[in-house]
Amino acid sequence: MPSLGADMEAGTLVEWMVKPGDRVKRGDIVAVVETQKGAIEIEIFETGQVDQMLVNVGTKVPVGTPLARIRSDQEAVAGLAAPPQVAEVTGPAVALAAAPTMPLPGAPRPQIVVAVGAGGRIRASPAARRLASTRGIDLSAVVGSGPFGAVIRVDVERSGAVVTPPAEKRRAIGLDLNAMRAAIAAAMARSKREIPHYYLEHQVDMTGCEEFLSRVNAGRPPENRLLMGALAVKAVAAAARRFPAFNGFYQDGQFTASPEVHTGVAIAIRGGGLAAPAIHDSDQLTLDDLMARMHDLIQRVRAGRIRSSEMADSTITVSSLGERGVEALFGIIYPPQVAIVGFGKVVVRPWIVDGSVVPRSVVTVTLAADHRVSDGHAGGLFLAEIGKLLQEPDKL
Amino acid sequence: MSNVDVEAVLREELGNIAPEVDLKTIDASADLREALDIDSMDFLNFITAIHHRLGLDIPEIDYPKLVTLGGAVRYLRGKLG
Repeated sequence: MPSLGADMEAGTLVEWMVKPGDRVKRGDIVAVVETQKGAIEIEIFETGQVDQMLVNVGTKVPVGTPLARIRSDQEAVAGLAAPPQVAEVTGPAVALAAAPTMPLPGAPRPQIVVAVGAGGRIRASPAARRLASTRGIDLSAVVGSGPFGAVIRVDVERSGAVVTPPAEKRRAIGLDLNAMRAAIAAAMARSKREIPHYYLEHQVDMTGCEEFLSRVNAGRPPENRLLMGALAVKAVAAAARRFPAFNGFYQDGQFTASPEVHTGVAIAIRGGGLAAPAIHDSDQLTLDDLMARMHDLIQRVRAGRIRSSEMADSTITVSSLGERGVEALFGIIYPPQVAIVGFGKVVVRPWIVDGSVVPRSVVTVTLAADHRVSDGHAGGLFLAEIGKLLQEPDKL
Repeated sequence: MSNVDVEAVLREELGNIAPEVDLKTIDASADLREALDIDSMDFLNFITAIHHRLGLDIPEIDYPKLVTLGGAVRYLRGKLG
């Protein structure tokens, strides 16, 4: 069970997307897990063959519990007498969640924990495992009659006992807005309790961005058009790259700046939910790629299908009110992050340009940042940098 | 294509975006973004769907004509001829 956020302690397996014997490759979605944040699709970061499911559908298990065993390609298929090395789908609070979808060349990638067949591993034939899995029989309770005491199919067939009852009735997969509200409340209460926030605001002329979007979008079909939100996320990501004190995690009494910029994008869910999944390496993406990612992410969040790699490890968050609502939003930092940047709606205001008062499109950008890590002086420079970057949208 | 029921297409696509809203209650002159609580991404999805369903080019500069149901019906009927 991967950790899908600092506040997650357990998750419920609601669906297996693969079965024993299936081939899987890195990035495949192998399971769906329900958390307080909704149903999350769990990706695998190993290529090989599914060997055995270790957790039944409907079971709630703590973070770090192995969900399944994968036989990786490098390992020869061994016989019963020599249990093969297997990789577990999940190690201690791993890995599945932490790996960026597009790792930089040479960047360290979390490895899936490899469990050698020592200790708890039960010797059993593949047929016995399959049967035990489909019948929900705990193999450890079956007496084996095969070589070296291995459990073979007939042993499982004879074993009437030890059927693990489903832990809870299978529920519909999807968003539970009440649970999501509880998760938001827990994270925000912790933030307000622990993080000494300071707040800054800055008015930014967005007329150039609007002109840029009109020009770029004029010749494009609707599905390829850019939205202002993509410019905002890119500007924040680029500024965060230059101001590392706003991009990273505060944990165990100290701040660690992140070498990557994974911008969490706050997405409102109809009916009153909120999630802020990460767009990995958002400072490296072109505006078109960023827009495509945001489009995809928003659709999946609203459909209740978020991927595991997106739910953890945002290094900074952007929250935007869009084109309706009010002019400013003062965010609450999502721990263990140390900053959140808010965008209000763009409004037309009298503005002075070259000594004359002219109507310009203006947005209020705010920063809430962690005073344990940075001061208002640095925050002001960071916020001003975002404003400067938005004056040259064609360079974003 | 000129016989297509533009309003039915619009209501269907809006229903895809805001499935919990009873579209019968939506006033033809109400701002759809307010009435249906849709954001800029929803609106872009709506325009994209209409573009594909009706085969019409809908430039960004015309978006203000599409923010009410009544306005959108008039605009799209006009474009369909």
